[in-house]
Amino acid sequence: MVDILFYVFAAVAIGSAFGVVLARTPVGSLLFMVSTLASVAATYVLLEAHFLAAIQIIVYAGAIMVLFLFVIMLLNLGHEYRRDLKAPLAMIPAFAVVGAMAGFIARVFRATDVGAGMMTEAGRGIDAALLEHGAVGAIAQPLFTDYIVHFEVTGILLLVAIVGALALAKRSV
Amino acid sequence: METLQPVTGLALILSSAAKIGAVFTTVMLVVAYTTLAERKVSAWLQDRVGPNRVGPFGLFQPLADGLKNILKEETYPARAARLFFILGPMLALIPALVTFAVIPFAAPLPTPWGVVDMIVADVPIGILFILAFSSLGVFGVVLSGWASNNKYAFLGGLRASAQMVSYEVALGLSLITVLMLTGNVTLTRVVWEQQQMGFWFVFPLSLAFILFVISAFAETNRLPFDMPEAESELVTGYHTEYSAMKFSMFFIAEYAHMLTASALMATLFLGGWDIPGPWDDAFWYQGQLIKGFAADGSVLLAAPSVLKTLVTLVAFALKTGFFLFFYIWVRWSLPRFRYDQVMALGWKVMLPVALGYVMLVAGTMLVLDELGMRSGGFAYGLVLTAVSMMATVGFVVFLDRGRTIAGAAAQRAQKVEIKTIPSPAGD
Repeated sequence: MVDILFYVFAAVAIGSAFGVVLARTPVGSLLFMVSTLASVAATYVLLEAHFLAAIQIIVYAGAIMVLFLFVIMLLNLGHEYRRDLKAPLAMIPAFAVVGAMAGFIARVFRATDVGAGMMTEAGRGIDAALLEHGAVGAIAQPLFTDYIVHFEVTGILLLVAIVGALALAKRSV
Repeated sequence: METLQPVTGLALILSSAAKIGAVFTTVMLVVAYTTLAERKVSAWLQDRVGPNRVGPFGLFQPLADGLKNILKEETYPARAARLFFILGPMLALIPALVTFAVIPFAAPLPTPWGVVDMIVADVPIGILFILAFSSLGVFGVVLSGWASNNKYAFLGGLRASAQMVSYEVALGLSLITVLMLTGNVTLTRVVWEQQQMGFWFVFPLSLAFILFVISAFAETNRLPFDMPEAESELVTGYHTEYSAMKFSMFFIAEYAHMLTASALMATLFLGGWDIPGPWDDAFWYQGQLIKGFAADGSVLLAAPSVLKTLVTLVAFALKTGFFLFFYIWVRWSLPRFRYDQVMALGWKVMLPVALGYVMLVAGTMLVLDELGMRSGGFAYGLVLTAVSMMATVGFVVFLDRGRTIAGAAAQRAQKVEIKTIPSPAGD
């Protein structure tokens, strides 16, 4: 059952990812992007990472994509479709970069031995954490104990970004 | 004696299918009859009769409305983005219907095959699931507003998205206090903690309740927050260009949203299906259905029964029904905000107050924990109730600023005579 669902959602994710690139309108691309994010969230659920799935939907699909939609509509990019890449020559480096990335990922997968035993062991650890702390606590426990410094630094980074955005926006008014 | 084990295998699949069917049908029926209730209540508030032609007391009016909407002509505005125009109502309707799946609606039901939980999907992320799907609801509104190729629809869509994004923040922050007190995000656990505390969270978290109700009104785009529709400004906003069943889908989505929000308010702050007293308490704890803990820490097993399930179902329906009525009551009593007032209230009042209240509750809980008081006990709830009451009174006084409540009291003190216009005698 889980296997079948995984293949369904993986197919939707990859198909939608192609849709993002191939859609004729920016709004279409955006909706395909939402579909990709949702399918990836569904595969997270199949991996028992419920919290990650919820955050994926809330933050990416629900907040960032709405922001994208805003920008597309306010700049009135929605209706028109113009080919940006005129010369087919421009596609060659693009495909080269994509191929290089695919190669890297394949290398990483071959190098690290992601065996079946390793997966089930990690899964058992996750199951224990879920039972003890609940879906959110399993993430919160290490985040606020072992990785508290990283967490706080990330928070300060985001604060700096907000202050910077405000400063930039203020100047133009 | 039946076994107190959760259902498994075929019984689980069949019971889940039955629950999905029953909940979906009930939600659609309640939505249909809420539209009738809206018209009836508005009529009573305005001293009219309301719809009374179709069936006894107009009870078949929703059927007539549905039939009319199906048979009407579907129109498409010129130069509309056809695909997105069709997709819009669907994207608005589906999130509104899906969110009801994680709300528990009655005490567990014992059957010969095991105990059936009265919730469609008890997902481990509960409240986050609801937040995730309600944040997806924005797409339907924005997309249909944009795809209509109409400036009023577009403005409605933009307003809707700005408003929903703004109030989601206050909504989430008011939920954090509930999560802090519960220690988990599943709604079954929220109900259980309220049963154990002996307090419904509306008392220990009164200010969070008020903030949640206000944000929920804004999230569902209901008066006084119906800026995205605003008939007097934007025709009807984002669904101006929609006709027939597609218009009806927006309507169903709005009422389904109301229903889910009402059920959520009842669950988070009024104990869900709980009725006061330990009679109906039940919760899955380490594979056992328990009623509570004895003084020495051992578990007391629950005794679920069909009667308890039915009574708690009625309790849940009454609580949800009250909030549905409250929605309608407010709509026909209050005027609409101005758009800048909506934004100012959201960012300058709701957000800081919610943030401050989270700090207050967290601080109180920290002090109580340091004093060694049992977390989630009755005394714990009592202290939090006292602290929250003070915060709530402060909030209401601040919002009133000597105008409505204090003003009315001052007027009564001055004994202002209200001059009535003498009616022309005998015409």
